[in-house]
Amino acid sequence: MDFKIAVSGRSWGERAAAEPQAGKQGEARRLVAVLELTNISKHFGAIQAVNDVSLSIEPGQVVGLMGDNGAGKSTLVKMIAGNFRPSHGTMQMDGKELILHKPVEARQHGIEIVHQDLALCNNLTAAANVYLGRELRRGVGPFRILDYAAMYKRAGQIFAVLKSETRPRDLVKQMSGGQRQAVAIARTMLSQAKIVLMDEPTAAISVRQVAEVLNLIRHLRDQGIAVVLISHRMPDVFDVADRVIVMRRGRKVADKTIASSSPEEVTGLITGAIEQVS
Amino acid sequence: MAVTLDQTIAHKQHSFMSRLLATQTFWVVVAVILACLFLSFATDSFATPKNLYNITRNVTFVAIVALGMTFVIITGGIDLSVGSVLCLCSMILAVTMHAGYGIEIGIAAAIATALIIGAFNGILIAYLGFPPFVVTLGMLSIARSLAMVASNNTVVFQFGPDHDKLLALGGGAWVFGIANPVFYTIVLALITGFVLRWTKFGRHIFAIGGNEHAATLTGVPVRQIKVAVYMISALAAGIAGIIQTGWLGAVTTNLGNGMELQVIAATVIGGANLAGGVGTAFGAIVGAALIEVIRNSLGLLGINAFWQGVFIGGAILLAVLFDRIRNFRRSD
Ligand SMILES: Nc1ncnc2c1ncn2[C@@H]1O[C@H](COP(=O)(O)OP(=O)(O)OP(=O)(O)O)[C@@H](O)[C@H]1O
Ligand SMILES: [Mg+2]
Repeated sequence: MDFKIAVSGRSWGERAAAEPQAGKQGEARRLVAVLELTNISKHFGAIQAVNDVSLSIEPGQVVGLMGDNGAGKSTLVKMIAGNFRPSHGTMQMDGKELILHKPVEARQHGIEIVHQDLALCNNLTAAANVYLGRELRRGVGPFRILDYAAMYKRAGQIFAVLKSETRPRDLVKQMSGGQRQAVAIARTMLSQAKIVLMDEPTAAISVRQVAEVLNLIRHLRDQGIAVVLISHRMPDVFDVADRVIVMRRGRKVADKTIASSSPEEVTGLITGAIEQVS
Repeated sequence: MAVTLDQTIAHKQHSFMSRLLATQTFWVVVAVILACLFLSFATDSFATPKNLYNITRNVTFVAIVALGMTFVIITGGIDLSVGSVLCLCSMILAVTMHAGYGIEIGIAAAIATALIIGAFNGILIAYLGFPPFVVTLGMLSIARSLAMVASNNTVVFQFGPDHDKLLALGGGAWVFGIANPVFYTIVLALITGFVLRWTKFGRHIFAIGGNEHAATLTGVPVRQIKVAVYMISALAAGIAGIIQTGWLGAVTTNLGNGMELQVIAATVIGGANLAGGVGTAFGAIVGAALIEVIRNSLGLLGINAFWQGVFIGGAILLAVLFDRIRNFRRSD
């Protein structure tokens, strides 16, 4: 705990690197949920993308969110990230009602997201993409200019933590799938997050880099940060998650600890072979 | 391992020189310089003060509008209304001053007109989802028609009590003997370049052109910025209109007719990409310069003026061809 305070000016990424042996703080977990959704629904016209979903996530918990294509996973996390507003239902963070009008507000609350399509601009550099929407500036008053040097430096440090050979000055256009993913993930490491939402962060990357991302998730967890991991890859979820939530056609059909479930059961829930478990 | 991860990350892939050589703008500058050198030797009339005066003046009006257009094109939009907006703003200025108001009121009225039109375009495009091409095509027609209404389709050449001030504004040379329109162009280009490279607003403009969806997801205020770029484009047209009025000393409802195509050509030749995400202030200026040098040289070399379109069109295609070749090479 003392250690945490001593380096509180640094992001969790560096801290994770500085303290690789950090023990799992599972025993010390507080019981108050960091995020609680109550009867959340979202419809786009006639399409009911998310239907009456309630769930709560505790600090330092890794939740695997699974479901077939179109089950509503991305829509759910986008509501938490301030991209969409729920049609119905409420969200609470640390026991206080959470109303988000835009992504910036979610970030101010410590909610970070890796979007499924990565949300990258090909014509900008890696560093510019990492800082998109929260550019660093220097100077005073109306004469504040972009702080290129600081953004390159910080982005470079984060890529080093991610063990990704990504150069901050390179255009994203010319980057490999893994590098692009690193850029999107790096965004979540700019500030001290409370919740990190990862929408298929391991799609389209190599085995080595998948392991890197999973390690990262464990580091987050050890820092007491909650992670929601959306993935179609059963081994990944069973590897890092504490809990698995399954969605089908917008509804939550299962919410269990990993220990009490199995890949077979989850597969059944995803396809609908198993209707629902409590 | 010889190269550590940190070294790889710190590595700069391209030197300054290699990046310079890879820009379309650089080669357009080379083309302009070569053309000027050639014309200086091949003709007696090119490098004369009078001809250079004409060229620089003609470049400035297109260049100023092209600076504004650059913002729009970087976001992936287009503004076809600039020629008509230029005309309308000139006419508002002229009619206001003709009615006996001072130059300040006239300029304020012209600028306000530009901003209102820009905001109108921008709101339809950003908030109501109209295609930029259609909205600004409509405005092209509306603004010119309003200019005719405002002047009753007459030529205005009497600008009331501040007549001389207006002519001095456009025709004078107040700073270091640089002709005023040229001076304004330089100042506006520096401001544009600064905004594009050093401000958050500029960064967001590029982001919108690169991937609008990503910009929205990451919390860039896409709609507000889109309205702002159309206002900037109209403002640039308005400013060019004010200066041109002072320089010409008369306004007709023909002013700026067909100018939008020249302006778009200038930005594209200067390296902007109509698909969005790419463009510079300097490129807009050199693009405008190349077009004017081509036009001017045809006259001096005694080539029939009907060929002008072929050469300017050829320059557009060459500039884009260059960009394609560069991309092919990279994808090899
Ligand atoms: N912006 C939108 N407008 C209209 N419909 C949408 C929108 N976003 C999502 N949908 C619809 O909502 C439903 C759920 O989509 P969502 O992207 O949340 O699924 P998902 O579980 O993330 O699927 P995948 O595994 O393919 O990513 C789909 O039917 C989709 O077509
Ligand atoms: Mg999805």
